[in-house]
Formats: sequence, C-alpha cells, structure tokens
Amino acid sequence: MNTLASNAKPTSILYLDGVSVSFDGFKALNSLSFVIEPGELRAIIGPNGAGKTTMMDIITGKTRPDEGEVFFKGAVDLTQKDEAEIAQLGIGRKFQKPTVFESHTVWDNLELALNRKRGVFSTLFYRLTAEDKARIEEILSTVRLTNRKDDYAANLSHGQKQWLEIGMLLAQEPELLLVDEPVAGMTDAETTETALLLKEIAKTRSVVVVEHDMGFIRDLGVKVTCLAEGSVLAEGSIDFVSADPKVIENYLGR
Amino acid sequence: MITSFVLKALDRNIVWVTALLLVIAALVPALNLMTAPDHPLHIPTYIVSLFGKYLTYALLALALDLVWGFCGILSLGHAAFFALGGYAMGMYLMRQIGARGSYGNPLLPDFMVFLNWKELPLFWHGFDMFWFAALMAVLVPGLLAFVFGWFAFRSRVNGVYLSIITQAMTFALLLAFFRNDMGFGGNNGLTDFKDILGYSIQSNGTRSALFAASAIALALSLVITSGIVRSKYGKVLIGVRDAESRTRFLGYRVEHMKLFAFTVSAMMAGVAGALYVPQVGIINPGEFEPANSIEVVIWTAVGGRGTLIGPIVGAILVNGGKSIFTAAFPEFWLFALGGLFVLVTLFLPKGIVGTARQVIERRRDYHKARQAEAARALAAEPQAAE
Ligand SMILES: Nc1ncnc2c1ncn2[C@@H]1O[C@H](COP(=O)(O)OP(=O)(O)OP(=O)(O)O)[C@@H](O)[C@H]1O
Ligand SMILES: [Mg+2]
Repeated sequence: MNTLASNAKPTSILYLDGVSVSFDGFKALNSLSFVIEPGELRAIIGPNGAGKTTMMDIITGKTRPDEGEVFFKGAVDLTQKDEAEIAQLGIGRKFQKPTVFESHTVWDNLELALNRKRGVFSTLFYRLTAEDKARIEEILSTVRLTNRKDDYAANLSHGQKQWLEIGMLLAQEPELLLVDEPVAGMTDAETTETALLLKEIAKTRSVVVVEHDMGFIRDLGVKVTCLAEGSVLAEGSIDFVSADPKVIENYLGR
Repeated sequence: MITSFVLKALDRNIVWVTALLLVIAALVPALNLMTAPDHPLHIPTYIVSLFGKYLTYALLALALDLVWGFCGILSLGHAAFFALGGYAMGMYLMRQIGARGSYGNPLLPDFMVFLNWKELPLFWHGFDMFWFAALMAVLVPGLLAFVFGWFAFRSRVNGVYLSIITQAMTFALLLAFFRNDMGFGGNNGLTDFKDILGYSIQSNGTRSALFAASAIALALSLVITSGIVRSKYGKVLIGVRDAESRTRFLGYRVEHMKLFAFTVSAMMAGVAGALYVPQVGIINPGEFEPANSIEVVIWTAVGGRGTLIGPIVGAILVNGGKSIFTAAFPEFWLFALGGLFVLVTLFLPKGIVGTARQVIERRRDYHKARQAEAARALAAEPQAAE
C-alpha cells in the first residue's frame, strides 16, 4: 500500500495513507490518503456521507481503521492510541454538532479545556493562577465571549456555542485542529468572522476544516480536498477543484 | 492546598447544613442524657437511634449523589458497599461478645460453634481490634468499587448496562452471604451484639454517642463531597456526565475520573454501613437485596439529585415517612414508595432541594430585573420633568 509518496511522511504534521474502514460491510472510508503540512490550513468538502466526520473519528482515536496508516508529525502512529492520549499529543477537535459543557459557565468551559495537567489529583487541587486567568481572558476576547463569561453555556446562541467550542480548542493549545462544520447555523456575518478567526489561528498551527458552505471555503482561500465515497476525488485550489467534472457530478451539481 | 480545597467547599448552604448537623450532634445526646424522661424536651433513646439510622441512610444517599448526581453513574448497587461496611463493623461487634455467647466460646462466635467449626477463619482475624474493623469498613467497599470500576469504566460500560451490572454485583453478594460456609453467619447474619469499645451497646450513652458519630460523619462527608464537586475535578465530573466524549477529546482520562469518584463514594457508603449496624443491632444478607439499592436512588431523586443537600433531606424524609407508614399499613409501603418515585419524576424532576433552588433563583432574577427597571425609570424621570 503506497498510494502516496512516502517521502512526504517525515515532514508532515498529519499523514493518512490507504485508510479504510467499514461499518457492517459499508465502506465509509475507502483507501483514503492525504497529507497536511505543518502550518497548513486545509479545507475538506464533499457530499453527505462522504466520510469526512469518519476521517476525523479515525484521526482522533474514536474509530480504529480496518487498514491503512495514520501518522502525526511523521512519527506517532495514531491508530495505536485512544482519544485522551491523542488529545494530549496536541490534536484538538470540534464536533459537527457543537458540543460544550452546557451546565458550566463559559469561563469554566475554557478553564476545563486549558492545557494543564489532567490527572485526578492535579485537577482536585488545581488553583487558578494569574497566568491561567490571563490566558482564559485572552481566549474570551478572541472568540468574543468576554461579556458572557459568567453565563451558562446552555444559554448561548448556536453561533456562540460554535465559537466557544473553537475557544476551547484554542485553550487546549493543539498543534493540529480538526474543525467539523464550524459555520453550520451561523449568519453570514458570523460566517465571515469565523473565516477570519480560523485564518488567524492557522498562523500558529495546522488546521483542517470540513465545511459545506462554499462561500466560506472561498473566504478561506486555501487548498481544498474533495472527498466522495470515502476517498479523495480531487485536490487543489477551490477554482481547480470546482472545475473538476467529477466534483461537479458528485457534489456541486447535486 | 488542603485549606483552599476546604474553603472552596463551603458555600453558604453547605455551611448551614454542616453547622446544623454539628449542633444536633451535640444537642440530641444532651437532651437524651441530661433531661428527665418526663421533661417536655426529653428525647427518648429509641428516637435517638431511629434518627441515628436515618443519618446513616443520609450518608449513603450523599455517597450515591457523588456518582449519580455529578458523574451520571446510576449505581444500583450502592447498598452493597453499605452492607460490606456493616459486616466489617458487625464482625468487630461479634468478637466483642467474647465468652458471653450462648456457647460460651471465648474465640468463636456462636454461629461458628453451631456449625462445628474448630478454628476462627483467617479473615476473621484482626476484627477484635476496633481500628482494624473501622479500616476494613472503608477499605473493603473501596477495593471492591475500585476493582469493579476498573473493569467497567475501562470497557466503557455506560448507562443502563452499568446499572444492570451493579445490580448483578449486589445480587451476587446477596447469594454469597446467604451461604453458611462463607463464614458470615449465613441467613441470620451477625447479631446479639453486646459491647462497642467496651461500652454496652444498649446503653443510652452509647446510643447517643453513635448518633453523634453519625451526624459528625455526615457533616464531614458533606464538606469533603462539596470540596470534590466544586474543585476543577468536580467540574470535569460534571463534564463527563453531560458530554463524556467532549471530556475525552479534551484529553481527560474519563475512566480515571469515574473510578476515583466511584471508589470514594463506596468508601463513604461503607462508613455509613459501619455506623448503621451498631444502631440497629443486626446485619444480615438482606441488606444486599437489590431493592435496597433502588430505594437509595429514590431517596436521592426525591431530595434532589446533584445538590448534595437534597439526598440528605430525601433520605430522612422518605425513611421518616416509611417508619410512620409501615406502622399503619405495612403491606402498602412498596406501592407508596413506587408512587412517590413516579410523582417526583413527573412533577419534581429536580427533587425537593433542586426545585427550591430553582424557585429562589427565579425570584432573584425577577427582583434584579425589577430593580433594573426601577433604576431606568428613575434615570428617565428628570427628562420627563423638563
Ligand atoms: N459508527 C458508525 N456506524 C455505522 N455507520 C457509520 C458510522 N459512522 C459513520 N457511518 C456511516 O458512514 C458514512 C460516512 O459518514 P460521515 O459522518 O463520515 O459522513 P460526512 O462526510 O461527515 O457527512 P456529513 O456531511 O453529512 O456530515 C455514512 O453513510 C454514515 O452513515
Ligand atoms: Mg460529518
């Protein structure tokens, strides 16, 4: 199995090669391969059921692939690790359905996400330091939730929950962020802002964004990978990909 | 480190309830021992013991609240940890009988003589010492919870499946403790206790001391539990309850988080059982009955899950009700309990304390809104006067 030039592996931040997984005989991923470079912001598009979320499940340890290689930073085999280990390695994930701790305040959500010791006893005797406080405040202003910091996350609007979840990702200080449909349910203004935010974030880390909103993908202006039926259909600039007849037939034209 | 942990634990309600418990720990024994039986404020000994028993139930419900209310683990086997703590204390009380048993054997409890045993089984050694028995009352339930939780949480057994295997656990223990050859007195369990720490278990003084010990244990556990749930660890627990996978993807080891809470909770239940047995004078396998664990869930739900104080209130109210009810219509208690559970689930899903809190919060918000409105009206007035 060597669908990719193996020499991309050592320098990449994320490397998938020939990844397949099936659920009850249905192939959700079919020999999927792609490479993300350090510092890259990559957009992933594709029709419903193409396997985009499943791909994230594989990278973050939620699902084990039937075959194929998944490497982080060229050397760490992600298929051998579980969710918590992978998160601690520096891979953060935003779910397709915004998932925040609804019965905690916005502040507590960020405090929990903050990249600190995560053991039972370190959390039991944790005290908020001035440094942690400053960091949380910084993230609050980045995701524009400063004036809602004491509100329960349950009371946020849909878009604000999406932003809180992105804020939690930032607090985790991951090297690689996987963001599943961040602008679903957002207004146009919020969508534009989110594109700016993600571009800002991508200055210091690698980001993979899955999205259906083509306007948003254009705003990002980055390399696009189109998935369909569990494998890569086309890859390149948005203009290149959207001109591809296979992409038009499978996705855009539908 | 510890001081900040305790300080965080003490919100106003917790301080109130803890203080109240400490006051009754002193007051009830005083009224029992220092007033004449015909004094209007005299508390008879049977009432002291009855409420002492309720306090141990309250501790058991508080223990359940830590795992169910804050971590979403619906344990239907918590009475097993309670019973194990009870058995540890019961073994000590049996050894205290000494040669005063019917068979007059200085070493072997009556039931062993009756079974024709010649030697004290190995696991009965050490139980002649109070400190050892007390330690075992905490360690044995803790160890069982640790081993059980280790396997269950690591294999990610959740929800109904977890509840079912906790029922299976308590049922298995029920069957085991029924067996005579287990060496715990079989069907009859352990009873006919005489002394505890050298004091007669029937005396008013001992009864009062046991009551005080139960109230103090409950107060202490309340502060500890409150400290746990208000720490960052407690926030993670709530996170696990509400969005388990989110906690995982943030890098927390959910199984470790659950395991710690489950083990601490089982230890508290063990303490409750150890305080229960000398006050009721018997421990038998019936305490492992699966229905007992379900009752604990009902007390907790009635009082208010996830409120710490609620389960204490619920345990005392429901058991108080049970004492009154069973005296009048013994056959109908289970129906009444079931009916109560249904009513609470339908009409008071947050329980008594949870609902009370909600009402107070709503009122506060309403008043705040009114005040803000008044302030705005005041600010607008000068313009209107112009
Ligand atoms: N755990 C699972 N068990 C069974 N089938 C699954 C599972 N996870 C995903 N699938 C199936 O795999 C296919 C790919 O799903 P996936 O969620 O990855 O698609 P997607 O590209 O994210 O789609 P969408 O754009 O709708 O989010 C779907 O047909 C889905 O039903
Ligand atoms: Mg998806």
